[in-house]
Amino acid sequence: MTNPAEPILKLEGVSKSFGALTVTDDVSFAVPPGEALGIIGPNGAGKSTLFNLITGNLRPDSGSILFMGEDVTRVPPMQRCIAGVGRSFQIPQPFDKLTVFENLLVAATHGRPCSEGEAEQACAGILERTELIGSANVLAGSLSLLQRKRLELARAMATDPKLLLLDEIAGGLTEGECIALVDTIRALHREGVTIIWIEHVLHALNRVVERLLVLDFGKIIGLGEPEAIMASKDVQEIYLGIEV
Amino acid sequence: MRTPPYLVSTRTRTSTFGAIAAACLVVVAIVLPAFAGRGLIQDLFFIFTMLVLAQFWNLLAGYGGLVSVGQQAFVGFGAYMLFGSVILWGLNPIAALLLSGVGALLLAIPTAFFAFRLQGAYFAIGTWVVAEVARLVVAQWRSVGGGTGTSMPREAREVMWGVTWIQSVFDVRDSAARDILAYWLALALLVATIGGIYWLLRTKRGLALAAVRDNMEAAKSVGVDAARMKWMVFLIAAFGTGLAGGLIFLQNGRISPDSAFSVIDWTAFVIFIVVIGGIGTIEGPIIGVLVFFALQTLFADYGSWYLIALGGIGIVIMLFAPRGLWGLISDKSGIQLFPIRRRLSGGKLADRSKPSREE
Repeated sequence: MTNPAEPILKLEGVSKSFGALTVTDDVSFAVPPGEALGIIGPNGAGKSTLFNLITGNLRPDSGSILFMGEDVTRVPPMQRCIAGVGRSFQIPQPFDKLTVFENLLVAATHGRPCSEGEAEQACAGILERTELIGSANVLAGSLSLLQRKRLELARAMATDPKLLLLDEIAGGLTEGECIALVDTIRALHREGVTIIWIEHVLHALNRVVERLLVLDFGKIIGLGEPEAIMASKDVQEIYLGIEV
Repeated sequence: MRTPPYLVSTRTRTSTFGAIAAACLVVVAIVLPAFAGRGLIQDLFFIFTMLVLAQFWNLLAGYGGLVSVGQQAFVGFGAYMLFGSVILWGLNPIAALLLSGVGALLLAIPTAFFAFRLQGAYFAIGTWVVAEVARLVVAQWRSVGGGTGTSMPREAREVMWGVTWIQSVFDVRDSAARDILAYWLALALLVATIGGIYWLLRTKRGLALAAVRDNMEAAKSVGVDAARMKWMVFLIAAFGTGLAGGLIFLQNGRISPDSAFSVIDWTAFVIFIVVIGGIGTIEGPIIGVLVFFALQTLFADYGSWYLIALGGIGIVIMLFAPRGLWGLISDKSGIQLFPIRRRLSGGKLADRSKPSREE
């Protein structure tokens, strides 16, 4: 059993470079179970790279990543998914030639331990929650941007994650589209799913997250309550580009 | 009002009809040697074995995303395993057929080990290189004829299981009886191939395979073991291709490195069949092999003009019907004989579902 006080995710001194460019520079932080953490930072700050390190799509050069107390630094992505790490991609990555329902079914039959019958019913339920049920039998390659974003969320939900990583899921959406998506994410959070959310749409982010982490040039330059973070001089200067 | 439960099904009206028609066709094909002449049996043997090769290449490229141009390695190695074990160990040729599959499977392990390090076009060239290396190595094998090749020994042909029985039942000469035996084996291999691939694609592994093909990184992120899926299809395809290779050269009775490892016969023609028929479908290669056979019967005497025409047809189809002839037929009519789509119905979809067009 996991100790309730133990963080669900813990990064210790994680670094990653592509050639001479350091994109993740000695990053350490911990996320307690059930928290919603927002990650902000300018383009190129290393936010998506940080996600790829947490999901295992990339391997860090140094440092360690612990998920539910287990060292997963060297564990491949598909095993991390089965252990409970779900993710959405910044640029939607649907399985184009499968239907929306089949996109979820792949995730539900491989990303969690359950029978195919259970997986089918779970997928239908998630399609209802994410308002994709009407497009269930449509090829994912033919979806609109909003539907693709919803599909990213729905497919991640289908793996039954304990920790859900959302990468700019609200980007490019209209105000109205954004609200429905945020409501779904809030509902998931209330159900106890730990959420880490990278987002530029701050008003959407601030309706869900309890803490904000600010990245710049691969380093953490702020971590704490959203109000305090947004008010801090460093963040305003570096992230919002305001001369103070 | 309570919403009805959700249902998932893959069957369509035409697929039920298709299954019955396929069963009838198989029965007709089994009893056909009683009525048909030797020429037709040989033609059908050619069609069946080419279709087996095409189905396995389609599994690799159309479902696994592994575009190999080195499948002749497994045809040739399988065929040489058959001749080698018959000539050197005196095995019954029918029993030796199994070794064709196993031999090709064993060759596929080191091939995959190297080729899987390469992506896309590099993978294709890598498999071709492996096939050429296999051809050159086999050409050094003196006891099966080296570079000039060899024939199936007369005594081995005479002991083939079932031949005397076929001779007495159909009242034919031994060479015709051997053709009938090879034809039945090809039919059995074809039914097992199509049935097996169809079954695989309908399981959750088939779904994972399609996910890996569409987007490997995303597939890994939802818990799919992408590497294992690629190994699985590559080994299955090698085994089946090796069996087909053994059978083709058993019927042929003669083997040489150049014919057994021919990139044109066992890969270029096979790709043509899959591409013009429709890649990524089971129906496509079936249409493709019939078109290919018709073209070959009509135009094979024109030599290189025939090959140029094949290439031209391939290009025209790729430009104007990228999903092949079956893609055209399926789009126009909505027919699917081997449906693998999992359609969700019932629940909140119950009131608005329109069963008119099949995806």
